[in-house]
Amino acid sequence: MDPVKVEVFLQTLIAGILLGGLYALIGLGMTLIMGVMRIINLAHGELMMVAMYMAYWLFTLLHIDPYLAVFIVAPAMFFFGMAIQRFLINPVLRVEAILPENQVILTVGIGMVLSNLATIMFTSDYRSTPVEYASDAWYLSDLWRSSPIELSFSVPWVVSFLFAVVITALLWYFLTRTDTGKSIRATAQDRDAALLMGVNVERMKLLTFGLGASLVGAAGCLFIPLYYLYPALGGRFTLIAFVITILGGLGSTVGAIIGGVLLGVFESMTATYLGMGWAPVGRFIIFVAALVFLPGGIASVLRRRRLGG
Amino acid sequence: MRGLVPIAGIILLALLPLVGLSTYMMHILILVIMWSVIGMAWNLLGGYCGQVSFGHAAFFGTGAYTAGILYLKLGVSAWWGFPLSIVVVGVMALIIGFICLRLRGPFFALATLAMGEVLRVTAENLRGFTNGTLGILIQKRTWVEKTWYYYIILAIAVFTFLLIRRLVNSRLGYYFLAIREDQDAAESLGINTTLYKTVALLISAILTGFAGVFYMNYMGYIDPEIVYALHDISIITIMVVMVGGVATFWGPAVGALIMVLLAELIRSLPRIGTAHQSLFGILLILIIIFLPNGIVGDFPKLKTILRRRA
Repeated sequence: MDPVKVEVFLQTLIAGILLGGLYALIGLGMTLIMGVMRIINLAHGELMMVAMYMAYWLFTLLHIDPYLAVFIVAPAMFFFGMAIQRFLINPVLRVEAILPENQVILTVGIGMVLSNLATIMFTSDYRSTPVEYASDAWYLSDLWRSSPIELSFSVPWVVSFLFAVVITALLWYFLTRTDTGKSIRATAQDRDAALLMGVNVERMKLLTFGLGASLVGAAGCLFIPLYYLYPALGGRFTLIAFVITILGGLGSTVGAIIGGVLLGVFESMTATYLGMGWAPVGRFIIFVAALVFLPGGIASVLRRRRLGG
Repeated sequence: MRGLVPIAGIILLALLPLVGLSTYMMHILILVIMWSVIGMAWNLLGGYCGQVSFGHAAFFGTGAYTAGILYLKLGVSAWWGFPLSIVVVGVMALIIGFICLRLRGPFFALATLAMGEVLRVTAENLRGFTNGTLGILIQKRTWVEKTWYYYIILAIAVFTFLLIRRLVNSRLGYYFLAIREDQDAAESLGINTTLYKTVALLISAILTGFAGVFYMNYMGYIDPEIVYALHDISIITIMVVMVGGVATFWGPAVGALIMVLLAELIRSLPRIGTAHQSLFGILLILIIIFLPNGIVGDFPKLKTILRRRA
């Protein structure tokens, strides 16, 4: 094997996994909302865009590092998400209409307003946060002198990835070890049964939407040192979140994590071997393949394995 | 009497160009009728069959590109796109249906949305075939005047209206409604739901494709950002039907009239023009909360509200 080819392959793989960790965080928020509320939040990417603008202004005006901004933006997004749920989505759930998809169309409307307001307020200029470690990298040869191949690890990517892993671990702890988390999972499994067991379902819905928004908000803060920010970016990430949700299995958290990483790797591979422009097509090929060959997503595979012993 | 209303309406519309409207007014009328066609086509699948598509730009764009590529690559008139688009858009609809119709509700919606985006990205990247983001320009349009375009799109609209009314009042229409109301119940009554959903998608797609072919011929220029646009085509299609009235015959036409006029009005206002998406979004939110079945569908409700005010 040509060592250069191996290097390119491994480098692509690493880039994919790092990207996938962040994707997983976006997908987790959507899959949680999906599971508890039974609606798809089509304003998910736009929420992330809002969070990115918050992080951007915190950096530009107050010189707060994006990684510190996570601790401000995520709680702010929590309340923003709860407000959307309380004042916009809840009233629609009570309305009688021919099409049950009204709630989904409503989130589209919310997304349109958010991205357009961002354009009006901040113009459609591309923005970025010029952190001083933006182009720093760690090299494999620094750690292992006699390494036959050279790999580089970009500092902001690795830090963002680690943040994503920690947040995911905290979320896992919250959902499996705390009463509130268990109530959320119970609501997702069977709303009526949860209601009968004394779970305050309405409150859980509110909390879940807040939690989903704060997860994607955190992801936004982690993305801003890596990506350019512009108002139309939301739509792309809504689609990414949706592809992850389908790939992982609807409402499955483990599935969303695996799906996010898979998608990251796949996108990174198509970008390297087919060209940048085709990365979105690669994303949809994996999406269509999941729909056709694996309708239940990764979650169904996991479930089958567990049952099969 | 009631049967005469559509006929009277058609005659009135057919006579309208004779009044001597300005070019701008004709353009607006053509746009309204074109959007009515797209709205009616969407309504068959979304309103009657209950399969809410977020990706009708896929069919609109494919129709437009069928016509455009005929002109660009083969040098024949883009009007030949009409017969050819039946095949091309039909095949496209079958492929998309095969992938998406196994999903229900919001998942179908998002899957179709993704399909529209796939086609946009594909059209952008297949530069040799579609001219990529440069788009396709028809050097010389068939007519400078708008009258003939008006009659062509009016004929398509009348055809669409009659076809959909015929379908909805037939046995097929009852199957569609049964699928919308409860797919499992419909299935257990022996309705082949996959087949009928595919039929609804196919007809809806081909009619939308016609609008796309017309758009290519009328506007003379397309690019992927225009005809495969998510917000400006797919979402506006949904809005046209939502505002007018889901699962009503006249809803899409009313919705198209309101949306086109509103778009023109907003565009003409200084400084507010950039906010048109916000205003559309807010309108969408208000309609969903207060008039979930649209202006035509919730007309009795609207009347009582207005009467109480007066």
